[in-house]
Amino acid sequence: MGYKAALRVWRGDAGAGELADYQVEVNEGEVVLDVLHRLQATQASDLAIRWNCKAGKCGSCSMEINGRPRLACMTRMSVFSPEETLTITPMRTFPVIRDLVTDVSFNYAKAREIPSFTPDPSVKPGEFRMQQIDVNRPQEFRKCIECFLCQNTCHVIRDHTENEQAFAGPRFLMRVAELEMHPADTADRREIAQDDFGLGLCNITKCCSDVCPEHIKITDNALIPMKERVVGRKYDPLVWLGDKITRRAHKDTPKVPGKK
Amino acid sequence: MTSEIDRLSYDVVVIGAGGSGLRAAIEARLNGKKTAIISKSLFGKAHTVMAEGGCAAAMGNVNPKDNWQVHFRDTMRGGKFLNNWRMAELHAKEAPDRVWELEALGAVFDRTKDGKISQRNFGGHEYPRLAHVGDRTGLEMIRSLQQKVVALQQADAVELGDPEAMIKVYAETTITELILDGPEGAQRIAGAFGYFRDTGRFVLFEAPAVVLATGGIGKTYKVTSNSWEYTGDGHALALRAGAKLLNMEFVQLHPTGMVWPPSVRGLLVTESVRGDGGVLRNSEGKRFMFDYVPDVFRPQYAETEEEADRWYDDQANNRRPPELLPRDEVARSINAEVKAGRGSPHGGVFLDVSTRLPAEEILRKLPSMHHQFKELADVDITKEPMEVGPTCHYVMGGVEVDPDTGAASVPGLFAVGEVSGGMHGSNRLGGNSLSDLLVFGRRSGLGAAEYVSALEARPAVSEAALTEAAAVALEPLERAEGESPYAIHSELQTIMNDLVGLIRRESEMKTALVELDKLRTRAAQVSAAGGRAYNPGWHLALDLRNMLVVAECVAQAALERQESRGGHTRDDYPAMSPEWRKVNLICSAAAEGTVSLKRQPIIPMRTELLELFDISELKKYMTDEELTGLSGYSASAAAEETPSEASEAPARKAGE
Repeated sequence: MGYKAALRVWRGDAGAGELADYQVEVNEGEVVLDVLHRLQATQASDLAIRWNCKAGKCGSCSMEINGRPRLACMTRMSVFSPEETLTITPMRTFPVIRDLVTDVSFNYAKAREIPSFTPDPSVKPGEFRMQQIDVNRPQEFRKCIECFLCQNTCHVIRDHTENEQAFAGPRFLMRVAELEMHPADTADRREIAQDDFGLGLCNITKCCSDVCPEHIKITDNALIPMKERVVGRKYDPLVWLGDKITRRAHKDTPKVPGKK
Repeated sequence: MTSEIDRLSYDVVVIGAGGSGLRAAIEARLNGKKTAIISKSLFGKAHTVMAEGGCAAAMGNVNPKDNWQVHFRDTMRGGKFLNNWRMAELHAKEAPDRVWELEALGAVFDRTKDGKISQRNFGGHEYPRLAHVGDRTGLEMIRSLQQKVVALQQADAVELGDPEAMIKVYAETTITELILDGPEGAQRIAGAFGYFRDTGRFVLFEAPAVVLATGGIGKTYKVTSNSWEYTGDGHALALRAGAKLLNMEFVQLHPTGMVWPPSVRGLLVTESVRGDGGVLRNSEGKRFMFDYVPDVFRPQYAETEEEADRWYDDQANNRRPPELLPRDEVARSINAEVKAGRGSPHGGVFLDVSTRLPAEEILRKLPSMHHQFKELADVDITKEPMEVGPTCHYVMGGVEVDPDTGAASVPGLFAVGEVSGGMHGSNRLGGNSLSDLLVFGRRSGLGAAEYVSALEARPAVSEAALTEAAAVALEPLERAEGESPYAIHSELQTIMNDLVGLIRRESEMKTALVELDKLRTRAAQVSAAGGRAYNPGWHLALDLRNMLVVAECVAQAALERQESRGGHTRDDYPAMSPEWRKVNLICSAAAEGTVSLKRQPIIPMRTELLELFDISELKKYMTDEELTGLSGYSASAAAEETPSEASEAPARKAGE
């Protein structure tokens, strides 16, 4: 099946860059990352690619292939026709470091804002008892390999950098949902999901779920149920009235780290 | 030159951000030490994410008969009794606490019916012992530890006003040299020198204690389940700093790697497939593993398919299926079947779970495997068998350390996880790696913290050492003419795969050593085009130096050890020798990037640990002289056993 594929690969750095054309050999069963590696080994030794496990488990080789956000290691060449020119560009939402490698530190900063797992301090290690049916949902979210393709795709930040402060993005709203649904977690993150992490900005277009290489149903299973929980907490008239009277946040709502 | 180097000061620097590195860093920080975590990749991407099956700990949640003694016995058997027994003891005793602790950090394991952490069967483990999350346990472990680091940073932000005041992750940063202080012969760790991958800027971490947690050496082989990071950095850094590497000949080939398509050859297929009921068949449809049960394991393994199949539901009255023998045995058996012409179309054998479990159960228990085969090979494992063959997976050899603290022979240097040696002997049991990371991660983090607390004066980094380290790192970039590092790397992988692979011969290993010597000369002249910012060609050129010295250690030790044991199989010495069991092989750095090798006697096992085994079993591994004085031992008993052992010896040979 060997053939030469036409590749247009974005080369450059934060300052400037352009698409460069290459012809690279392709063999049976290969994925895009194999072809990029061959390009690196034979024609462009300094081509910057971020990758690691090459098995779809670490989420490092996120990029945009013919405009679609994908993992290069899980995108088989056979999904393209041999005549097709492949345009390979870095994730658009994040600043470019070099070539196909972007600065994803935004995501690590957001991760640090989410109040961590808060078990009941009286439960000692070894004493946790949870039923499988109760952990199925958090386990689905914990399949996340942090490839940040959902963050890259979500139009709330992809097309609106002004939302970056207010919006944690699908990955981290899902992290909030994961902790919220963890049977052993005691904190209540419903208010801060809305107020501090921008859950309200999500208008459930499901783009995040579409690009998730782990096929996690981010919108259906994390974001929408989270919105429902927020409604129950923030907009319930009785709760609202109670808040008005006491004029303070609920005791079990944790502080958002880094916020005054 | 030194003016262009960022200088940072820490108490403890942990090189590597996988399970062991993160656990060590957390412990050092919990003990009040200012800690840096250095990661070649982004935070949370380390090779630990590739661990699939689980984390072995004798919690006894599924079978209450399990306890640390049983786990210890299994570990020693798996390693063919060459393990550092003190490490195996600490590991078996402490693993349950470490798993429970991980759960308290937020790990969400699969559950038993009564709500405890579920445990699954695995090769070489007598009882269901592996805490797991489907077939992505490593990801769960790394994410839980990563999130604990974040939680500590959140606490520091509140208390100290800076989340990175006490623990900071330096992602995409590579260490190329450890810096020492002190007179020749009495040197100790003073820091670590390296570069930030994104900019290529140099950085010096001044620190009295360095914990190596760099993982393995798989990238010296062509067919491997390991990622690009596995270039033996920690092994090589330790050697160059004057520490010693132990038993580097023991390289584990995982029996089941993907064999097709070529681009994913070597990619891991989890042992859980077999633990959950999958079987190995040859091209004739035969479950061939029944023909390969070696004498030392015969009492514990089923002889018929019927008994093996009954075992999954009734472990008290049946023996284990031979598909669940330790990994070295299964890898050799697969190799023998393929050599005998009974392999699958692409040169492996068939691993079938489709006829053994309902599709729904396969999807629930093995989701990543289903996903991996579907997406990469167009194979639906609920409907058809997989094709699998051996792949380089793990190195048992590594830095010689003190079992209790992880301290290497150089003061201030510690090693933990795959880069350390001894724990797994000649062959690691599946599931014992993740538990190793946690148990010794904690111990080495504590060891490093205590070392720093006991110091009277901090070591100093000399300008000369810095200038030298920077000059070495820049060489490949400054050379205008020279070979491509990619080409040399590819040749190295071929040499190791073909000449120091699964089955080894003296003549081939001698050839390998000659070839490695030539390659080292050529590698010293490679040239990397381009600049310093995120330049993979330059990074590989620097990693090559590490891979070459590690390859030399493996080849030298493999040539020296004239027996077959665990992850070291000699065509010319097919038997296991009790005399060789008493020998550790130690590599140290010699002149000009070469390696010197010496034999070192093992430390005899404590009597109460020896007495956990049946004397008849010990006799299969040890010399009479070692057993004299043990209760139950008599010379006549030895005489009785010898003939039957001799008559069973050919069975072992058939498996070679």
